[in-house]
Amino acid sequence: MTKELTVSAIEEGTVIDHIPSDSTFKVAEILKLESHGKIISVGANLPSKTMGTKGIVKVAGKSLTKEEVDKIAIIAPHATVNIIKNFEVIKKLRVSIPDSLHNTIKCSNPNCITNNEESDTEFYVISKDPLKIKCHYCERVMEKEDIRLL
Amino acid sequence: MGFKNRDVISINDFSKQDLLHVLKVAKELEKKPNDGLLKGKIMAALFYEPSTRTRLSFITSMEQLGGRVIGFASGKVTSFTKGETLWDTMKMTENYADVIVVRHPLEGAARLAAEASSKPVINAGDGANQHPTQTMLDLYTIQKVKGKIDGLHIGMLGDLKYGRTVHSLTKALSHFNPTFYFIAPQALQMPKSYLEELDRLKIKYYVEENLFKVSDKLDVLYATRIQKERFADPIEYEKYKGVYKLDKDLLPHIKKELKIMHPLPRVDEIDRSLDNTEHAAYFQQAANGVHVRKALLALVLGKKE
Repeated sequence: MTKELTVSAIEEGTVIDHIPSDSTFKVAEILKLESHGKIISVGANLPSKTMGTKGIVKVAGKSLTKEEVDKIAIIAPHATVNIIKNFEVIKKLRVSIPDSLHNTIKCSNPNCITNNEESDTEFYVISKDPLKIKCHYCERVMEKEDIRLL
Repeated sequence: MGFKNRDVISINDFSKQDLLHVLKVAKELEKKPNDGLLKGKIMAALFYEPSTRTRLSFITSMEQLGGRVIGFASGKVTSFTKGETLWDTMKMTENYADVIVVRHPLEGAARLAAEASSKPVINAGDGANQHPTQTMLDLYTIQKVKGKIDGLHIGMLGDLKYGRTVHSLTKALSHFNPTFYFIAPQALQMPKSYLEELDRLKIKYYVEENLFKVSDKLDVLYATRIQKERFADPIEYEKYKGVYKLDKDLLPHIKKELKIMHPLPRVDEIDRSLDNTEHAAYFQQAANGVHVRKALLALVLGKKE
């Protein structure tokens, strides 16, 4: 007898698929799911034909904001977002890194004015692959490993 | 793009045409000083960090053009110490002045200041980031002492890692088909991102530790101070200070027409024995600050087209 763990389908909400396994919990963190009262399923290290292993996050009763999609795009550039209604996928979209990131990222430069005085943050994406972004204020160029989400 | 009401924050915001236009107006004002051009205008000079040349030359520029100056020369004497934000200080100052010059120890401060202010803001240095008026006066000096900017062989010497003047000047000169020679100990070499940008622009450059290996190729040698204040660790600073000292030993190894520049203050990078040689352009460079800053003030205040 094979044992299989089934993750129940959701009636309405969002499924984020094709997350690199090691970023799965970061996606959950971005979505601030600890305070979400409805069904959440998080799967990591699931087999994937294209990625080897992948993560998946299903959240009932939630649609994503632009900031959330932008943040997911930074840590999981190949993720797909499925919007579910009545147990059906009504829309499937691939995340993409936008040309600029508003209030999404914290500048890695401790001497940047944005880390010392209350202000918005703004970054320009100068290269998507490999990811390189430039702070609108201090002009510091950051690579993927320096990037900290707000 | 017109200059009236324009902020002067980063050299990256200026095209080749913009830069040449500033130099043209600076030249006009040097030839024909226009005493009353900014009469009735007020410049606020908000200097949160000490500065000698930049602050004095801004004040001189404004006053020689007939304008008046308000402001402070140290963050210690302002509401900054009471916790007032830069944003709020700008919101207040825009009611008092027609143009605001800001120097601040934090990077990005000038950009934020410009966003807060409806009056034009000129960046007089924001931490290790930008000092665009220095770059413009460097270009002006090169044009004046070499008769051109295009196609020169430019050596950058000293602290290329932390030196903002070197970063901005490299960026500005990139419009003018240069060949660069970056001369520094490995630990203080040009940051990778700048070299990658030069690769992208297909600009020729050499990275070298030994000045004498390339000195005979140079048209301009831009020396910089190893800046103590940029080092977190004083032991690191001690290791690098004084590694390049220019003196008369250099003379047999350079072109007769080589010009030596330095943003000043110098500590011991250039020996005084070079001051009276025809190579020294650094004091003239400091003097040129007034012409370029006059040009910028007149342009952003709409008194020059």
